[in-house]
Amino acid sequence: MLKQVSSKSFATRLKENFLRHKSLYLISIPVIVFYLVFRYLPIAGNVIAFQKYRPGLGVLGSKFVGWDNFKSFIHDPFAARTIKNTIIINLLQIVFGFPAPIILALLLNELRRPLYKRVLQTASYLPHFISMVVVAGMIKDFTASDGIITDLCVMFGMERQSMLGNVNLYRTIYIASGVWQGVGWGSILYLATISTADPALYEAAMIDGANRWQQMVHVTLPVILPIMVVQLILRLGSIMSEGSEKTLLLYSPLVYEKADIISTYEYRRGLIEMDFSYGAAVGLFNSFVNIILLVTVNRIARKLSNESLW
Amino acid sequence: MSKIVQRQKLGGRLFDLVNFVILTLVGLACLYPMIHVIAGSLSHPEDLMRHRGLLLWPKRLFTVGYDIVFSNPNIWLGYKNTLIYVGVGTLSRTFMTMLCAYILSRDDFMPKRILTLFIVLTMYIGGGMIPNYLLIYNLKLLNTRGAIIVPTLINTWNVIILRTAFQQSPKSLEESAKLDGGGDLTILFAILAPTNIAALVVVMLSSAVAEWNSWFPASIYLPLRKDLHPLQLYLREVLIEYSSNSTAGGQVLAADLGSLGALIDDVIRYATIVLATMPILVVYPFAQKYFVKGFMLGAVKG
Repeated sequence: MLKQVSSKSFATRLKENFLRHKSLYLISIPVIVFYLVFRYLPIAGNVIAFQKYRPGLGVLGSKFVGWDNFKSFIHDPFAARTIKNTIIINLLQIVFGFPAPIILALLLNELRRPLYKRVLQTASYLPHFISMVVVAGMIKDFTASDGIITDLCVMFGMERQSMLGNVNLYRTIYIASGVWQGVGWGSILYLATISTADPALYEAAMIDGANRWQQMVHVTLPVILPIMVVQLILRLGSIMSEGSEKTLLLYSPLVYEKADIISTYEYRRGLIEMDFSYGAAVGLFNSFVNIILLVTVNRIARKLSNESLW
Repeated sequence: MSKIVQRQKLGGRLFDLVNFVILTLVGLACLYPMIHVIAGSLSHPEDLMRHRGLLLWPKRLFTVGYDIVFSNPNIWLGYKNTLIYVGVGTLSRTFMTMLCAYILSRDDFMPKRILTLFIVLTMYIGGGMIPNYLLIYNLKLLNTRGAIIVPTLINTWNVIILRTAFQQSPKSLEESAKLDGGGDLTILFAILAPTNIAALVVVMLSSAVAEWNSWFPASIYLPLRKDLHPLQLYLREVLIEYSSNSTAGGQVLAADLGSLGALIDDVIRYATIVLATMPILVVYPFAQKYFVKGFMLGAVKG
């Protein structure tokens, strides 16, 4: 029976499969059309980065200019600034934002009151569910010259000012609010992993005289290490692609110097100034760097710890 | 020996205490901003202006802020639009995502593997902001509700979640349906969908919350149709741009308040946040287990 099936030609088998599962093939039509139009066509649309695109002429009618747009981006006085800001802001975000949920998960795991633990977890998820616009609005209000965070900082000796407009404070505000918004939600994955740890490990550690802190460091931490590596790879791989929505809401020309990132520059040049080709070139440059980063980081991770995405 | 045990016990208790204090502070830090906003929205503007430090309870109860927000037609227009996007979007998205997940879950559907690759690839490479904008422009979707709903009809992340759930469903039910002469669609709608309600709720809720909070696509795809703007774009005007136009509906009322008029903006902003965030605040504590489940199902995929 099996032999008979495999001896049939591919075309015959496909035809039989089609006749038997017509509805599945029917469903696949809208699915394929959707992905072709809304996911693959925009990828192809990046060809305008190599053109002097005019909406009236369309992609087919616009003039081809090769690497000109990329060359002008490299020579753009703002290119270095946006690239530098993108990398610095994202690295800072990893330095502070990556360990925070891990620490929270470790601490929550040590809490001996299950009900209180659940209440705290629910509370810690709240910032994740608040919309970015509202979060940005709260940041703006709290760091205004009469805001509560400003009051707090004045108590510690800061001069009273509108903090968000201060170029030297912008990144601190951006990073701190990011940690606040992501710490609780980020801890879910680690807590779930910790709960799979073998209780015998803790018993053995206790018999060996390990105190609570030592158990946390020597038993719990190794359990979540593989997940930590994968999460770090994912995060490092998306260095270039995150933060445009929040930045657009928080920044102002006052702080462009330290706030403007590649994707917000792409937005201003491409959509506000309607220089589509230039914006697309900036975006394509960004994705290209991103892919190289992801591949590199993944390779390093595989060498160091045998954990990788692929 | 007993000394060591005692010291360990003491150390453990100290550890518990420190841990308890730290976690309580973290919990308060997560909740405080919203408490501040709610208390502020109900406070008298004069007291609010003079107040320094933590705000846990309304200062001199004052509800005119809400009266002004309620009397502003713009916020209701935003609410209406958001409800349309959330309602139509969530239903159509869940339906399309379910169909897509179903064909990818069937081992006896021959193009399954190539189709999976075709779809999953789009999680790693995308077109970018400008080409997406031009696509919407060229499809004549710019400045229509379609620009908000159609490009997100299938969410690949949710496809993966649903496909995993379908694949993990017991095969025995499917087999018996097949024996009864049920076709592929019967299996989906009569067996897989009803037995995977939890996974479907995960997809619906995450899609609904994402749509409720979304503002960026609307800001670039609906530039000329303010009447189609969702709530979040209205919020952006009030909270970020401090546009006086957005509070226009309340200007008349505010004028009656005399000297308070200038001070009342903070209260209005707080009241607007509360009104716009209330549905989320009410839903999320009860629905969180579904979100966590979706998050984990997505993470397992790896």
